[in-house]
Amino acid sequence: MVLVALGSIVLALAVGSVRIPMGDVLSSLFNEQQTLSGEVVNSLRLPRALAGFACGGLLALSGALLQVLLRNPLADPYILGISGGAGVGAILAILFGLGVAGISGMSFVGALATMFVVFGLAHGDGSWTQTRLLLTGVIVAAGCGALVALILSLAPDHKLHGMLFWLMGDLSQATHPKLALGILAAVLLVAMPFARELNLLARGPDMAQALGVQVGRLRRAVYLVASLATAAAVTQAGSIGFIGMIVPHLVRLVVGNDQRVLLPVSALAGGSLLVVADTLARTLIAPQQLPVGVLTALIGVPAFLFLLARDSRLRR
Amino acid sequence: MNALPPLLQTRRLSVAIGARVFCRDLDLELCSGERLAILGRNGAGKSTLLSVLAGLRVPQQGEVLLKGGAYAELGPHRSALIRGWLPQSRGDAFASTVLETALVGRHPHLDRWGWESASDVRIVRAALAAVDLAEFEQRDIQTLSGGERQRLAIATLLAQQPELFLLDEPLAYLDLKHQIAMLELFSQTTRDGGSALVMVLHEPALAWRYCDRVLLVHGNGATECGPVREMLTAEKLSALYDYPMQTIEHEGQLCLIPQ
Repeated sequence: MVLVALGSIVLALAVGSVRIPMGDVLSSLFNEQQTLSGEVVNSLRLPRALAGFACGGLLALSGALLQVLLRNPLADPYILGISGGAGVGAILAILFGLGVAGISGMSFVGALATMFVVFGLAHGDGSWTQTRLLLTGVIVAAGCGALVALILSLAPDHKLHGMLFWLMGDLSQATHPKLALGILAAVLLVAMPFARELNLLARGPDMAQALGVQVGRLRRAVYLVASLATAAAVTQAGSIGFIGMIVPHLVRLVVGNDQRVLLPVSALAGGSLLVVADTLARTLIAPQQLPVGVLTALIGVPAFLFLLARDSRLRR
Repeated sequence: MNALPPLLQTRRLSVAIGARVFCRDLDLELCSGERLAILGRNGAGKSTLLSVLAGLRVPQQGEVLLKGGAYAELGPHRSALIRGWLPQSRGDAFASTVLETALVGRHPHLDRWGWESASDVRIVRAALAAVDLAEFEQRDIQTLSGGERQRLAIATLLAQQPELFLLDEPLAYLDLKHQIAMLELFSQTTRDGGSALVMVLHEPALAWRYCDRVLLVHGNGATECGPVREMLTAEKLSALYDYPMQTIEHEGQLCLIPQ
């Protein structure tokens, strides 16, 4: 999986409007020479590929965590409304003509705001059951969707394009690969020591508690970590769909549902998938760029329908 | 005198959900080797009481002590080394093999970064064999029948190797042969391992055969606890289930005949 991840990044570096041979890609990565191809690789494609990898990894990781938290295989990072909140923030920023930093900042604020709203509402009577959390998240997400539609319908035409691109996911503004990679590493480091406890949580909170897991604390931590991971990814790359739901599923089919394996493999696979999708988005109808979220969805939807059909046949 | 505190002890325990009080001021002591059955009508609060005994639910009043320590003092990890709990219902959201599922029971014995070792797998295989599931190791749990699923849950509990077994309807979904086999298995485990057993049952006759003491939960806050012979009388059982019954003793076994 590490090889696949590295391969996808190298591919992303080589392919583009200026096609660069593999050998040159590698040599420009490790030499300081100021050649044209070196410039393209190091300052244009490498940051974008690394940021894409980190975002894909974060989304997949957050999806895997939320599927365990909600004990629902259909959960994804957006199900709790985090991307909805980020979307409202980002679109407001575009509406008011703020720059890239403004959009990132506003979307992060939006994501955090929805995170606390959902958490607070779901906590309500103290029961904090997964059904209540799920319902609250879905409702808040729907509310955010309505707000986004409202803003879109009121927005002047020349701003619509930017808004739609953001909503469909777009890596061209992803310029902080180090930050995103750092967050990905941090989330993995925080989650891994609890991986076996997550295995138990997937089998039911009572069962987990009877076997010695501090369920309440673990669930709050998982919620916070998954939400922050989603917020970080969405802030960088817009709301890229399906990575967070599909990747943990595909990985689960191959390696099983042991979180100790599932979490790191999901992070690598999610990162690779997003890098490949982004490379396609840049090159398919170059010089025009497609929003990468459209491509992940185009890959994700048939894959998911296939899995669902296969799953129901297996159960019969 | 015995210096060790009892395995399970309750002091003036009161359990309620909302305005419904299931038990009031219950004092109970259970030492190793003892087997207690909890009997009562549907909805009388048997499972709720058991989950309070398991430390999964906070009582309204009073305290539950495991080997002299309250759950809050012990913390979830040390509690899990002492008591095991068999839930009444379970849902499996994700596919998983029988072996993986039973290995979950070893969790309290592993440290944070630990992976299940060969000896853990050996313990789990023995537990699966004990419940007649040795052949099922690689089966997906979502393809198991209700009874097989129940036996897998029992194997998971055996793999945990607790000193105190708290069983919520251990016989649910089981056929007659496996009902007796599981009760024999738990009896043997308590006798040989010096552990203790509390189980919610619906068969007074099986409580008579496999338990030393019975706790009758009347559902209105009143409870009665005593040796099986004193508790399982026609009079008490008729009152407990609110239905007239006759009892017959036959070759040391108890037979119940609803009128």
